[in-house]
Amino acid sequence: MDALQLKGISKSFGRNQVLYSIDFNLRPGEVHGIMGENGAGKSTLMNIIYGNLRPDGGEIYIDGNKVTINEVRDAQELGICFVHQEIALCQDATVAENIFMTQIGKGKRFEMKKLAAEAEKILQPLVQGAINPCDPVEKLSISSQQVVEIAKAVSNNCKILILDEPTSSLSGSEAEALHQMIRNLKHQGIGIIYISHRMSDIFEQCDRVSVLRDGHMVSTCEVCNACVQHLVNDMAGREVNMLYPCKSEDECCGDENVVLEVNDLTDAKGKFSKVSFKLHKGEILGFAGLLGAGRSEIMEAIIGLRRLKSGAVIFKGKNITGKTTEEVFNAGLVMLPEDRKKMGLFLDMNIQMNTTANYLGQVSKNGVIDFSREKEQALGLVSKMNVRCFGINQIVRSLSGGNQQKVLLAKVLAKKPDVVIMDEPTRGVDVGAKAEIYRLLRDLTKEGVSIILVSSELNEIIGMSDRVAMIDSTGILVKDVKGCDINSDHIMYYISDAYKYQETNREVCSK
Amino acid sequence: MNDVKTMTPGRIRTPGKIHKAGVSGILEKLSDVREMSLIIIIVLVSILLTFTNDYFATWANAKTLLGSISINGILTIGMIIVMISGGLDLSIGSVMCLSMAFAATAIRAGMNPWIAALIGILGAIACGLVMGLIITKLNLSHFIVTLCFMGIARGVVYAMTSGVNISLVSNMKEIPALAYLGSGYIGGFLPMTFLVFIVLAVITELYARKSANMRKVYYTGSNEQAAAYSGIKTKRVKIAACMACSTMAGIAGIIYMSKYSGVATSAGIGLEMTALSAAVIGGVSMNGGKGTIAGGLLGLLFIVLIQDAMNLFSVQAFWQDLIRYLIVLLAVILDVLQERARKRKNS
Repeated sequence: MDALQLKGISKSFGRNQVLYSIDFNLRPGEVHGIMGENGAGKSTLMNIIYGNLRPDGGEIYIDGNKVTINEVRDAQELGICFVHQEIALCQDATVAENIFMTQIGKGKRFEMKKLAAEAEKILQPLVQGAINPCDPVEKLSISSQQVVEIAKAVSNNCKILILDEPTSSLSGSEAEALHQMIRNLKHQGIGIIYISHRMSDIFEQCDRVSVLRDGHMVSTCEVCNACVQHLVNDMAGREVNMLYPCKSEDECCGDENVVLEVNDLTDAKGKFSKVSFKLHKGEILGFAGLLGAGRSEIMEAIIGLRRLKSGAVIFKGKNITGKTTEEVFNAGLVMLPEDRKKMGLFLDMNIQMNTTANYLGQVSKNGVIDFSREKEQALGLVSKMNVRCFGINQIVRSLSGGNQQKVLLAKVLAKKPDVVIMDEPTRGVDVGAKAEIYRLLRDLTKEGVSIILVSSELNEIIGMSDRVAMIDSTGILVKDVKGCDINSDHIMYYISDAYKYQETNREVCSK
Repeated sequence: MNDVKTMTPGRIRTPGKIHKAGVSGILEKLSDVREMSLIIIIVLVSILLTFTNDYFATWANAKTLLGSISINGILTIGMIIVMISGGLDLSIGSVMCLSMAFAATAIRAGMNPWIAALIGILGAIACGLVMGLIITKLNLSHFIVTLCFMGIARGVVYAMTSGVNISLVSNMKEIPALAYLGSGYIGGFLPMTFLVFIVLAVITELYARKSANMRKVYYTGSNEQAAAYSGIKTKRVKIAACMACSTMAGIAGIIYMSKYSGVATSAGIGLEMTALSAAVIGGVSMNGGKGTIAGGLLGLLFIVLIQDAMNLFSVQAFWQDLIRYLIVLLAVILDVLQERARKRKNS
């Protein structure tokens, strides 16, 4: 009998139909992946199951019994739990307090000790004591916080667990810890709906996978029978033959082509040390490293946003160490920050004003902004980046994730740079937009622009980079590789610190 | 898909042009043209008052209205700028008083009155600089720092004067030009103070709309981190905004001194609240990044008009604050509802 069964669920907002008669079933103890581009209707469907939204039509069965879910409380009583993409924990409170947040204050007196013991009972089978229930949440890593989120969700008699992109902010090894926990939950007989954009998650974790597109359930199949190409095509609704464009053919790593040289960069706060590398004209240099390894910090330091203890940045033969960010940008070295909502965009401003923020000087004369020129530039960028919008006056917040990312790209590339640092350029972006962004990056290199690509997605690094620099967890740049040496085993070996323990071994094996 | 040809040119505060029917649509339109709706309300209230009160539409009343809007107006300009940068300044009333206390003391000491005025304004700017430095370097909130400076600046004034008002009545007779600035009338009707205010308002409004520097203030207020990643020196922008605000307070102080031929040590108490309310009614966001000088000043005009109406109808003083702040609360609630309508549309 199915833990959850949906029959003919449909939903529309106004005239806009977002779900068309969805059929879906989830077996107990199954991990069921759901994929789909942004806006395909995944969130709407999950919100219906969780009682945030009511369906216009269709039926929901739990353990074979027909149920009506009018509000979140109904869903919770039926044993449905929802872990959202964003972490929403009280950072100052302890792990135990967070897990039992909903129960605390329901009239009963509670003792911290008892609470901690209860929490330990839940955490123990999941993470085997890796998390101390008495620690405040802010001391935990992002992945551990994610674990706490899930523990919080399952603490309350959980039968069906919905995970919304749980790994989107985790790096490879952290995701592995989470996956271990998911397997444990699975053995307890909990049915898990797992939403993800990452193919590796789906193939390693899920038993079955369903694809949603434009409100239709396009396909459901056993993962063992699935193939990546089919899934991608199902999601996009067309043939996406090449997610990653061809790499550049000509060897361009001669010393005469160096555009950016970083020598012995050491952070004032110790986040990274002695980082040296060279970037050549027209190449994509991937920066692989685990989350928190200091990749973003190195990039911030290069553009002048972080204080350095020592080291030098040589750009086009000139020493730009210690210059202000504005000067670095104007010299032709720009950066696309990783978190578009926090660091990238002015969400409440329109597209036009966002695209010109990095180079106001370009559209103004004697400090006075020339609106017609600003508009012209924005229009040009919007069509070049293929941003889907109602017009350049649209507020950026109202765009979809992929289109926001394109606006951010437009903002950073408003003036043609020589070097672009891209920190997670495709985070939270659907497959279609991803392919577009990858193509754009490759086109840039053909125009002679060099790119530093920082990413937590190993596939992205492998698929895009001409050369890969690897940072270990202490912020030391270990090695860079190119050509056939760019493969996941090799990269993981270095970024997970494994090389420290078996350097000699490895040498033997590779021969 | 890229239908980008039918767009109107961008302005500082233009939310998306996609309108929906219903309440959310109306709320959104309202924020689109906050200035317009305020003008309509102000005209309507004026017409109503003209017909219900004989005294309202007289030269004498107009004179009082214009006179009372000038000093508040100059303070409000400063408040709007600092609010756009993402902060607020509670010290403006005290800093205004400090500026005139400096200037008056210098005049009493026999200094050239214009240099004295300059000293007063420089004193105010110094306050802004110090506040800005503390706020940015120590990463403290505008609220607490400016609150302390509200007390500190006032305290300096009390200490300087021992709490005694300074009279400049005799000095002002010797400096007619400065006296004219504060109490003169152009053509016997338009107060000189109002002219100063309007000139400042027009300059700052143009500056806010068109200058690249002011655009950086908007960026910083909208999202400080993103502004830093856009190559904007956000700390410098925030300090500059604090200084601009204090400069306005300084100028207001000199005008106040000249208007009243002296310094009342209690001058300016509570004016920061008037300026803040005016800005909020005028659509300047408490979160920064949004608002116009014109909008905030129309908000002030609205407040002054309501105040005037309450006076004309002899509403007791006890009721006046209540009514005024109820209106401010209404404006804030309207803002929140607007924001919600927009978010709901986007989700």
